[in-house]
Amino acid sequence: MKLNEYTRIGERVYFERLENGLGFFYVQKLSFHQTYAMFATNYGGADRRFRLNGEWIDTPAGVAHFLEHKMFDMPDGNALTDLSMNGANPNAFTSTSMTAYHFECTDRFWENLEILLRFVSTPYFTPESVEKEQGIIGQEIRMTEDDPEYSLYYGLMKLLYKYNPARDSVAGTVESISEITAETLENCFKVFYNPNNMVLCVVGDQDPERVIETAKNILTKYRGIVPERDYGKKESLKPTKQYSERIMEVGMPMFMMGAKDGAALKGNDYLKRELTAELALELLAGKSSPLYSKLYSDGLINASFSADYESVAGQSFVVIGGESRDPKKAYAEISLAAARMGMEGVDEKAFNRQKKAAIGKKLRSLNDFDSIAYSTARGYFMGYDPFNSLEILETITADEVTAFISGVFAPERLALSVVKND
Amino acid sequence: METAVKRQIMPGVDLTCVRTEKFKTGVLSITLLTELKKETASKTALVMRVLRRGTSAHPTMEAIAAELDELYGARISPVLRKKGEVACVGLYASFADDYFTGGGELLEKTANLMGEILLSPDTKGGTLKGEYVESEKQKLIDNIQGLINDKRAYGTKRLTELMCPGERYGVSLYGTEATAKKITAIGLTKYYRELIARAQVQVFYCGSASAERVERAVKEALASMPRQDVYKFLTTDVRYETVKPKVREYTEEMNVTQGKLIMGFRIGEAMKNPNYAALMVMNAVFGGCVTSKLFMNVREKLSLCYYASSSIEKHKGVMIVSSGVQPSDGEKAKAEIYAQLEAVKNGDIGQWELDGAKSAIITSLQTCLDDQYRLENYYLDSNLLGTVDCTPDIMAGLVDGITMEEVKKAADSVKADCVYFLTVKEQENEA
Repeated sequence: MKLNEYTRIGERVYFERLENGLGFFYVQKLSFHQTYAMFATNYGGADRRFRLNGEWIDTPAGVAHFLEHKMFDMPDGNALTDLSMNGANPNAFTSTSMTAYHFECTDRFWENLEILLRFVSTPYFTPESVEKEQGIIGQEIRMTEDDPEYSLYYGLMKLLYKYNPARDSVAGTVESISEITAETLENCFKVFYNPNNMVLCVVGDQDPERVIETAKNILTKYRGIVPERDYGKKESLKPTKQYSERIMEVGMPMFMMGAKDGAALKGNDYLKRELTAELALELLAGKSSPLYSKLYSDGLINASFSADYESVAGQSFVVIGGESRDPKKAYAEISLAAARMGMEGVDEKAFNRQKKAAIGKKLRSLNDFDSIAYSTARGYFMGYDPFNSLEILETITADEVTAFISGVFAPERLALSVVKND
Repeated sequence: METAVKRQIMPGVDLTCVRTEKFKTGVLSITLLTELKKETASKTALVMRVLRRGTSAHPTMEAIAAELDELYGARISPVLRKKGEVACVGLYASFADDYFTGGGELLEKTANLMGEILLSPDTKGGTLKGEYVESEKQKLIDNIQGLINDKRAYGTKRLTELMCPGERYGVSLYGTEATAKKITAIGLTKYYRELIARAQVQVFYCGSASAERVERAVKEALASMPRQDVYKFLTTDVRYETVKPKVREYTEEMNVTQGKLIMGFRIGEAMKNPNYAALMVMNAVFGGCVTSKLFMNVREKLSLCYYASSSIEKHKGVMIVSSGVQPSDGEKAKAEIYAQLEAVKNGDIGQWELDGAKSAIITSLQTCLDDQYRLENYYLDSNLLGTVDCTPDIMAGLVDGITMEEVKKAADSVKADCVYFLTVKEQENEA
């Protein structure tokens, strides 16, 4: 096992790649009561078309999420219940590019770890249980369809992307999930739940050697093939359309604007790009920016306002949004400020201040086991080391931030999604 | 576990300190406690937001934000919470531990900035700036109007209003659009002066600094706080009986696809001399965890709901069941929820259900010790309930010892009071 010591942030991280290809990380956290374990597969809502034995296979939207719901079923009961009964706090999520199963517990970690490893590696789907789940997920889909934030986000994704499956809901639609059978689940399980496509992250105070032994005992020894995926034709940097709106019952209109940053970079280049983007967004629209002040004072945004850089299914993009009484005006102001910042360059003093603030932000995220495990898993799948953030942050220059803004925020690249009342 | 040190550091100002080196950040909160009531709710909700806009030394939000950037991205956020019939309004700060930033006394600097925000607002001749008051007032009104966006939270708010019309607990934390609209800069200034002079204050710190250092920092930061006339009493009126003998039912129609069924209960006699551990276990058995009756039966076995869970409000003694259902399944779900409560009352509880409920609570209490934000809230609750010596560890021990009989007893006096159903509009139902 390889030990990495990060003295700057006071973290120790062990890593090993098992024979079956599983990536294993142990982040040592002393004097905490809880242990957190996450077992994740590099398989999400966007992984719908993939190549196996030379043949391209298409699957309905929503399989990854459906699998997540069904994985807890075991021939002898339900793993969610077993973990809860055993004092753990289990959960799972499916995002556009990842499915993760996790628990935290303060006691009986080894039993819980065994349950986790076992149920995530045991496919057990019956036609009856699949049919029943169609009802439950159907309800979930209907509920998210009532959620304005959901409509806003996918409204934007559909503006930004023409082909990429990230434009569709992770859970699929009531129609698409009706096509899912026990066999679909079984096949996708075989392809994506192979340890070579997965990572196990444990955060806490445990014996990492014993975790590896446990994983070796439960998981297959066989190293499977990681399939190639198809996320659709190459996307242009421009959106398909620049505006869309949806009428819903909301108190105040909501907006989300975005722009593509092209294909996601790989490895530490990606991490640097993400950190550059975060600095850029803080400088452009963060709380200490003149733009934020202006929008806030003019009543165009409120505390719900946020700006993020995201990367899913091989594509990176920025999203900025929140509630606004006048979404179009907020959009115009933000576009204008970005154009100005791109032209004039970022203020050197503000840039240095933002770097300082970013240090505190990264430190704060290291209190949170959930966020540690998630960023470790994500970093592994994308090929970068999230614990190196502060070192990489230091290499970023003000010019790089300016270039990011003038590139990504070019007027022809922007799109705006709005949800409002009649 | 590190124990909490509690001491009074100024008249009406209590400090609770948890010293630990395990976090990368320190946390400091200053919370003012005041009566939740119709007449002042909107002002209470508004005041901290206005203060956060600018101080005499940092007159704009931009200036405050720039100062926070300099403090390695420290955060100071206004926090507003409802605990029974007490409105808790304050500031919550988190900042990097000195160890990682090479010193720099971030605790003292952050505490000072918090004190500045609380006590030295940017005023115009002593009155809170009209421009800030108007702008924040509009945002508060927007928030009140926006409550409808989150149907689940909105349903709970409506249920609370309908269930407790004559009680202060029925007052929404934000007040109403009408009370918010009426606020003026002068009125808010008057309210603010009274609040800082009279409110009881709870200060909480968790981090690597000693209680002495925290006390010094907070006393310095709050040195100019007037403390001669602090309110002595702050109570929540716990009612054991339902408003009407028969359960009151309300239905509202909206443009939604999923219905929200919210049911309100009074915990009743069990609140006379409350055994909080037993109440927590009772709630967990009924609907508070994934092995609960509501989760296992209403959601999993019968697939009646997308979610169904219960929670208790310890300060007021109410229990609320919240569920998302297909509009046509509302009645069926309601009957099943009642049936599950009856089962708890009858002691129809398997050993595994009891064990599952206990371990869920114990885990939650123990992990609370690993999370500064939850720990802060835990101690605010304890301070209000007068159980401050009961650390999460001790509470976990009490929960572990709860018997089947005690759960039955805790459930015994629970009575349904009010039901609220948010459902689809009639015409769309037919379409």
